[in-house]
This record gives sequence, C-alpha cells and structure tokens, in this order.
Amino acid sequence: MKSCHCGQNSPAQYQELLKVIDRYRHMKGSLIPLLQEAQEIFGYLPGDVMKKISTELKVPFSKTYGAATFYAQFHLQPRGRHVIRVCQGTACHVRGGAKILDAASEQLGIAENGTTEDLRYTLETVACLGACGQGPVLMVNNDTHGRLAAKDVPKILDKYK
Amino acid sequence: MGHLNKLRARFTRHYKDKFNRGRIVVGLGTCGFAAGGDQVLEAIRQETGIRNLDVDIDFTSCIGMCYKEPMVEISLPGMARVIYGDMTPDKVPALLESHIINKHLLKEWAVMQITEEGATLYENIVKMEDNPFFSKQLRTVTSRLGRTNPESISDYVATGGYLALDTALSMQRQDIIEEIKKSGLRGRGGGGFPTGMKWDFVSQAEGAKKYVVCNADEGDPGAFMDRSVLEGDPHAVLEGMAICGYAVGADEGYIYVRAEYPLAIKRLQTAIVRAEEYGLLGKNILGRGFNFKLMIKAGAGAFVCGEETALLTSIEGNRGMPRVRPPFPANRGLWGKPTNLNNVETYANVPFVINRGSDWYASMGTKKSKGSKVFCLTGKINNTGLIEVPMGISLREIIFSIGGGVQNGKKLKAVQIGGPSGGCICEEDLDLPVDYDSLSAAGAMMGSGGLVVLDETTCMVDIARFFLSFTQTESCGKCTPCREGTKRMLEILTRICSGAGKMEDLADLERLGRVMKNTALCGLGQTCANPILSTMRYFKEEYLAHIQDLFCPAGACRALLIYQIDTANCKGCGKCAKICPAGAIRGEKNTPHVIDLEKCIKCGACLTECSFEAIKNDAALSWNKRPNTRRSA
Amino acid sequence: MAEITLSINNVNITVPQGTTVLEAAGQAGVFIPTFCHDPELTNFGACRMCVVEIEGLRSLSASCVTNATEGMVVHTDSPAVQEARKTILELLLANHPLDCLTCGRSGDCRLQDYAYLYGVKTGSFEGERHSYPLEDDNPFIVRDLNKCILCGKCVRACAEIQGNSILDFAYRGFDVKVAPAMDVSLKASDCVFCGNCVAMCPVGALQEKGLRSAAPTWEVRKVKTTCPYCGTGCSFELNVKGNKVVGVTSCDGDVNGRTLCVKGRFGYGFIHHPDRLTTPLIKKNGVFKEASWEEAIKLVAQKLGRIKAKHSSDALAVLSSARCTNEENYLLQKFTRAVLGTNNIDHCARL
Repeated sequence: MKSCHCGQNSPAQYQELLKVIDRYRHMKGSLIPLLQEAQEIFGYLPGDVMKKISTELKVPFSKTYGAATFYAQFHLQPRGRHVIRVCQGTACHVRGGAKILDAASEQLGIAENGTTEDLRYTLETVACLGACGQGPVLMVNNDTHGRLAAKDVPKILDKYK
Repeated sequence: MGHLNKLRARFTRHYKDKFNRGRIVVGLGTCGFAAGGDQVLEAIRQETGIRNLDVDIDFTSCIGMCYKEPMVEISLPGMARVIYGDMTPDKVPALLESHIINKHLLKEWAVMQITEEGATLYENIVKMEDNPFFSKQLRTVTSRLGRTNPESISDYVATGGYLALDTALSMQRQDIIEEIKKSGLRGRGGGGFPTGMKWDFVSQAEGAKKYVVCNADEGDPGAFMDRSVLEGDPHAVLEGMAICGYAVGADEGYIYVRAEYPLAIKRLQTAIVRAEEYGLLGKNILGRGFNFKLMIKAGAGAFVCGEETALLTSIEGNRGMPRVRPPFPANRGLWGKPTNLNNVETYANVPFVINRGSDWYASMGTKKSKGSKVFCLTGKINNTGLIEVPMGISLREIIFSIGGGVQNGKKLKAVQIGGPSGGCICEEDLDLPVDYDSLSAAGAMMGSGGLVVLDETTCMVDIARFFLSFTQTESCGKCTPCREGTKRMLEILTRICSGAGKMEDLADLERLGRVMKNTALCGLGQTCANPILSTMRYFKEEYLAHIQDLFCPAGACRALLIYQIDTANCKGCGKCAKICPAGAIRGEKNTPHVIDLEKCIKCGACLTECSFEAIKNDAALSWNKRPNTRRSA
Repeated sequence: MAEITLSINNVNITVPQGTTVLEAAGQAGVFIPTFCHDPELTNFGACRMCVVEIEGLRSLSASCVTNATEGMVVHTDSPAVQEARKTILELLLANHPLDCLTCGRSGDCRLQDYAYLYGVKTGSFEGERHSYPLEDDNPFIVRDLNKCILCGKCVRACAEIQGNSILDFAYRGFDVKVAPAMDVSLKASDCVFCGNCVAMCPVGALQEKGLRSAAPTWEVRKVKTTCPYCGTGCSFELNVKGNKVVGVTSCDGDVNGRTLCVKGRFGYGFIHHPDRLTTPLIKKNGVFKEASWEEAIKLVAQKLGRIKAKHSSDALAVLSSARCTNEENYLLQKFTRAVLGTNNIDHCARL
C-alpha cells in the first residue's frame, strides 16, 4: 500500500493521525468524526491528510473532499491560533452585531474569514451562538463574551496572545 | 426494583445532606459563562478561601433568567435558597459578608428565594413561584434547570431520575407506546408530529436492528431550548431515549449535537459515562436484560442537518444533503434501518409522561396541543431568557407578563416565531393561543421555540432579508429551487433594502416563495420563504415604502437613511465634520453645520461623535423632509 | 406482481406495484420533463423538474421518486405544475451562459428544449452568475461548469457505472460544484476519460472535445455501428459530417447500454488519419511500396508455404486480434488448422 506523504506536517502529528485512524477504522460512519479529529491534530485539513483518511477508510477521495467542503467546521487552509467568531444571530443582529464585526475587522486588518499574517487570529462570523440573551456576543476560541459594544472589542482581543 | 431503590436511597441522602451545610451555587450554562459566571465562581473560591468560610461551592445550569446572569444561589442550613442576579466578581466580598457571615439577605441584589421543605423563608423577598417571570410558567422539562448540578447523576436520581425507565422496563412495550399516544405529546422540534404514532411506526417496522436518534442540531438563530435542556438536565434526554429504545425495540442510539455546543456535548458525555457506570445505560440496564448503547455525534456546522434525513445522512458520514421521503426514517432510516427520530425536548418530556401518567400530561394545554413548551425569549424584550409555558397561553402573556414587555418602553411591532421557517405575528394577533395549529393558521409556526420580539425600530424587510441570508448560506444546494431560489430572493431583498427595489420584485418574491414551498426537496427549502411571505402579508406597506419612497419606516436600512443636522441643537463645534470620512459635512465654526446628502455615505460616524444630539437619522425626520416624492407604481 | 390503477390527467392506467409516477406517465404516453433522472442511475430527486400535482397532497411531488398508488389522481400539467417548471427553468437560466449560438450542445440540450417547450424567456432574475474558468486542458472532455445545472448524473455515472467516483459534489448551496477531490481538473485527477459522464450530461457542461468543435449537432448524421476495438461488441453512433467521422456518441446498445470506454468513445481519430494504411505495402529493397491485395496475399501465401515445406506446419503460429469479429476469428482458426495444418492459434483477447 502506498504510504502517506504527510511530509510537510510533523512526524508526531502524523503518528497521532495513524492512531486515530486505527481507532475509527471499523466504526460505522467514521468519516466526519475522523476529519474532526484530524483537524484537531493539524489545525486544518491538509490535502494529503484527507487523502490518507480516504485510502484507509476505503472512501473515494472525492467524497471526503465533498464532505470536508460541505461542513462549515472544516478548514482546508491553516488558521489562526485564536479563532474569533462574531455572532450574527437575530438577537445580536438587532443589537448591533454588525458593528462588533466591523470593530474586530478594523482592529485586525482582516476581513471576515481572514487570518492575520502572524497566524494569531482568524476572524469568522457564526449564525448563532445561542447566547441570545447576552447579545451582541462574540466568541474567542471557547470563551464567550457578551453584552458588547464596539469599543470593548480591542481589549478583549488583546488578551489572546 | 431493587437496583434503583438502593441507588435512590443513597443519592437522596446525599442530596439532602447538601442542604445541611452552607452552599454557594453559580449558574454555569453557556449564558452564565458568557456573562462572566466563571469569573464570579473564581472570585467566590478566592473569597471563601481568604475568609476561611465553611461552605460548599457547586454549580448549576441556567435557570432561564438570562437577563440576570451571572446568577448565584446561596443557602444556609434551614433557610430558603436565595438567588442573586447580575453578579460580578467585585460584588462577591460584600455578598458573602452579608449573606453568609452576617446571615443577612442582601436585598438589593436578591432576585428571589426558592422554598425547600422545612426551610425558613426570608421576609421581603419574592418566592420563585411568585416572581412574575416564573408565575405563569409551567416547568416540567426545565424543572431541574438551575436547581440541580447537571453533571451529578446523584442529583438526577435524587430528584426522581430514572424512575420512569425503571417503570417502563416493567411495562409491555406496546403499553408504553399507547401511554405516549394518550398523552398527546407532539414533536417539539417544530413539525408537531404525534410522538406516540411515530414510535408505533418504528415499532411496527420490519427489521431486527433499529435505531433511536436524538436531533440536537439546534440551529435556528434565536433558539437555545435544546442547548439549555442538554446543559441543564442531560440525563432526562438519555432516560427518554432509553425508554424509547425499549418501546420500539432498538438497542442503539445516537445523539446528534451541533458542534457549536461544546458544553452540552461535555455534559452529555459525562452523563452517559455516569449512567453506564451505574447500570442505567449500556448492557442489562437495571438488571432487566435490556441493552441500550448511546453515542454522541458532533455535527460539523450545517444547519440543514437539523432536517431529519440530512441528519441521518450526516451520521452515516456523508455530505448532509436531505434524501427524498418516503421512505420515512421510521421505515428506512439510519443505515437503512427503522429509526426513531425526535428532538431533545421531546425525549426530555418522556420520563415525565411515564412518571406522572398520560392523563396528567394531557390535562395541560389545548385540545390538539398538549403539555408545555419551552421557548426562548429574545430580541427587544426586557426579560430575555428561557421559559416553559403551558400550550395555549397567549403570546401577549408571554411577552408582557413573563417577558416584562418591550425594552426601553418602545412599541411592540411583531413577534418572529419559528425562526427561518417561521413567520411574524403582529400586535393584533398577540392574543392567539400558542399551539401548533393556531400559529400555522396565522402564517407562522411553532418551530422549535424561538420567540424574537421586534419593536418599532426593527425593519420588517430587513428581518426577512436577514432570515433569507441565513437560509441561503445554509442551503445544501441539492435541489434547484432552494439552491437558486434562495439566492435570487436574497438578491431581491437586498436590492429593496438598498433602495433599488422594483414593484415587480414583490410579485417575483411571492412567486418564488410559492414555487419553493411547492417544489423544494426538504423542509428548509419549503419553509424558507415564510419569513418573507408573512412579513409581506402583515407589513406590505413597509415593502412599498422601501420601493416607492426609498424610505425605511423603521430607520434601520442604512442605505435609505437620511442624516440631517438639527440646527436648533447644533453648536457648530465641528467634531462631526472632522470625523466624517466622506467630507460631507460643512459649516462655519460656532454656526450650525450642514450635511451634503450627495456625499453622505451614511456611516453614522457623525451621530456617534456629536455630543449635542444634533444629528438625526430617525425615520420621522427623513419622512417629513425627504427630497424625493413617491415614485409611481 | 400486484397491479394498481391510477389516474393521470383524467385517464386511468394500470401499472405494476412499485412503478413510479414518472414511469406510469411514460406508459400512458404522457410526457414529463426531467434533468436528474436516468433509468440507469439511482434516483436523486433533486432537479424538481418532474414535479406533478397529486390530489390530496399539500405540495407538488417529484414524479421520479414517487411511487404510484392505488387510486392516485395525478395532474402533470396543472397551473401549479406549469408555474413550478417555468420558474425552475428561469432560475437555471438566470445562472447559465446564454451562448446557445455557439454551444456545441445546441440542438441536443435539455435545458434548451424545455425552455422552448415552456416558452421561458431569459432575464427574469438578475444577479450573480458563476464565472468558473473553462477546463479544456485534456484531449477528450471540455468541462464548462458555468453551464452545469447540478443534476449530478455525472457524479452517479462515475460512481455507479464506471466505479471510479472521481467526481462528487463539493462546497455548499449556491457554491456547489461538481469536482474531483481537491477541486483539480480532470487531467490532474485519476480520471480515465471513459466519458460516461459526458454521455449523461443533459446540457453543455460536459462535451466531447473533438465532436463538439467539429460540427453543430444538426449537421451530423448518426450511424449506429459496433465498436471495432474489442470483442465486447459495444454499440455506438458514429457522428458523420459530410463523409467524415467527427465523433462518437452513445446510443442504447444491447451489450453496453450507453457505456463506452475511452478508446471506443474518443479513439476514432485513426479513421481519417493520414498515416492510416489503406493498401497493403510490400518492402522492396528496404522500402515499403504500395501493392495490390492480390500481390500481397500471393506473397504471404508463398512465404507461408515455403516455411511449412521447409520446417513443417508447427513452425507456424497465428495470433489474431481482439478487434476481429467472432466470424473473422472463426475463419482464422479454420485457416490455421485446415490450411496451415497447425494448432498454433491464439488471440490477444484484450484491448
């Protein structure tokens, strides 16, 4: 069998991927959880990793690619260390969610879905974080920050090095 | 009976012991975290350490009063539990000093007290059941929220948990299904399909292997019922699913949770591990020979996976594209096997139905909609939060009695109910009873339970555009009408909001909406025009104002705003002219300035900058002083 | 098998249980337009072009995936159906390059046919259109995703007929496109260029490179014949313009249906190739010279006879070609055994 060419990624990451693949190999419907774990390992889904997963699971590569591009959670490009997600849900929308996004975008100098050059931040929007009572809300990694005004954004983001 | 009885005895003792000591409990649902509840918890830990206070520190989930988060409950032995709201770390020392050290209730921060059997009540503080936010609620599914530790199986069992499963396992399978049928429980995910009937289909379906699946892919913007239940009472969902598994003959189940709910996933995982540990899930449950294995599947970010066939396709490891029905999942579901699919709230209702009986359940609600329903109150309402009300209550009661009315004394314009599939109910219809059929008749739908209150500053065209932009992004792209139609409808609405709408656009929207309802493959496409059709039905004049008068009556559509300077208030300080990125403001120092409407890009920078409230963009001003005249139709 | 009777456009028709409404309509001689349906592929139910009105149901049903039931009352041409089909066509045309004047599939395009049938003019919806680059970096297939209507037949043909699954849907919503893994071109993928996806494509998104640039559809004559490449005996149609074969298209062959391989579908270039041998050549003084058949056969017969006389029959062996018909192969073995007198006969038995 052709071996994986996960060359650009570290051998440690690659070893971990192989372990995870073994764990999922015989599980039904394992493609998506496996892609989720691979993304945890690599920070995103490099092409060769998706190809390796396809080969091992005996799933057509085109299908893996189709699934990876279907779900919003998967990223095919490297992302920032800190992922900022600005809620654009109904409640946040009527309470000025767009201004929060503008403030973050202006501070970081990147547009929606952009990543700063130093790979420190990635800026995204999310349909609803479910914390509507706290709107407008933004999330950095797994921390939720609520009841925001545009002026609060810089000092929140600065905390994440 | 032996196994559970022993557990109950042990856990109940444990639970009661908790209240024999001083206790501080912090509300840590996602909303609690968002409001800084974890920082409050940390402050409490530090303060109790510094002062060497002999108290237990615990956490619970969201009690539903999101507008009062972070919330802290304090109880002293023999005294009622007191809940404090709007806590911050710097309030902690004073709070502990007063309530714990001086045993003196801190009235200005206290929200209410919860009575326990034999506990002494405080004076001058409202009891939870008399608090207007709770007095009209009927809490079953949410009864443990904010009251127990969601990660403690001991708390769950001590408060009656797994009793229903124990009862069910001693019943005939068909009797359970009949009981659910008689209760009148209908699917809480929005569709309102009778739950017992669905279970019956799955039970009758041919095949040895069957599955039970819980739809926890709550994706509607403005809805967090499922999240709150999963975070606050995860075992109730597991118990409901296990009862269902036994009734329909399934030994495996999946919970499909959206990945954006990490806390819910964590608490579910904990709950499953604990339940398996105590023989309440897994092999030979309660020693009765029934096996039921539950697994969690984390979604990967696709709203359409809330549609049942897409959800199953996604569990199977594919793009979450809906399949054609029939065959329905009850006959051919997960991996082609008969599958029972209900949502979180539906399963969470099941143990209550079994414990208290179908007659009790059917005694609540209206003729065709039984029981209670969890709603999320959001938008321009004073008391945002999670509520559970009996079916049949009016929207007016929900919004004005429970919700405390519209924020900032503004006038209520409409209530958006049912999310991207739902519609608007306007002021005149607020007395409609909340049940499946009345809401459908009014052009909205029960949906999963999001209630977004809109006031006079909300533009109905913009709201329709907002929902369409959501569904357009989330359309899976499989069927033509949804893939292409949502795109065109969004383009039309965006055009109208930016002042480039045409009268033909209205007919196009209606036609596209009708065709999508008629032809789209799944519920997402079939219902996504509802927000447009319903706002066009009740607020046609707003659409006309945008198109014919280039005017947004709510003053919300930026492109249609007209910024003007009120010469009476303007001091001529020049700050606005300085900040204007378009150089649109001119004027002599110390004399009123003027905005050149041709140059103005409507960014609003001047409005924020002005210290004298001299800059207006409100609807009334633009309506009266508009240079344009109404365009002919 | 049990039979059921349903009414289609007020005419009763009896069909076996399990028949779809689309099939039943076909048997009743009622036309229903389809894009994504193909009897050789699994059902997809996505284009929604085949919707019909079934009495008692709230919305329209896709007839390709709806089974006929006893007493069902179907209308295939009601106002709601008409409106739905017209709107779907308008939506597709709003995101389709309207270059029918030069499109190689003009005259053989379902989108064009149905637009004509339903009188759909363009320009109903203005807005964003796709602008994918044209993919023509391989010798066989031109892929123009701007013309793709996402019926998914190519995806299913690749997976279900060819078993290769090179193509699948990628991305989501309005951005959905059919693509090989990593969204590369067919050339950069593992595609074997069998072209079975091309044969399924109802519009101009996938076109045979040579054929579609050689002649408009109405200038070619189709001549059904058998593929000469191997003994499978696939049927196909030679597309002939004037007296020149300009391409190959699938027809409904007894052996192969519409399936062909890369050689059969795209390997027709030899027919009019200048290097093709049209007369026998005999080498004289180291140079090949054209000769008559009589001369050539005589020479071969002489030489075979000489070898046989000198070294015995078993010094000879014959290898026949997979491109021969069974009859030709029969004759060759007969010749080998009866005339040459040896059993040394074999066959390459592959392409």
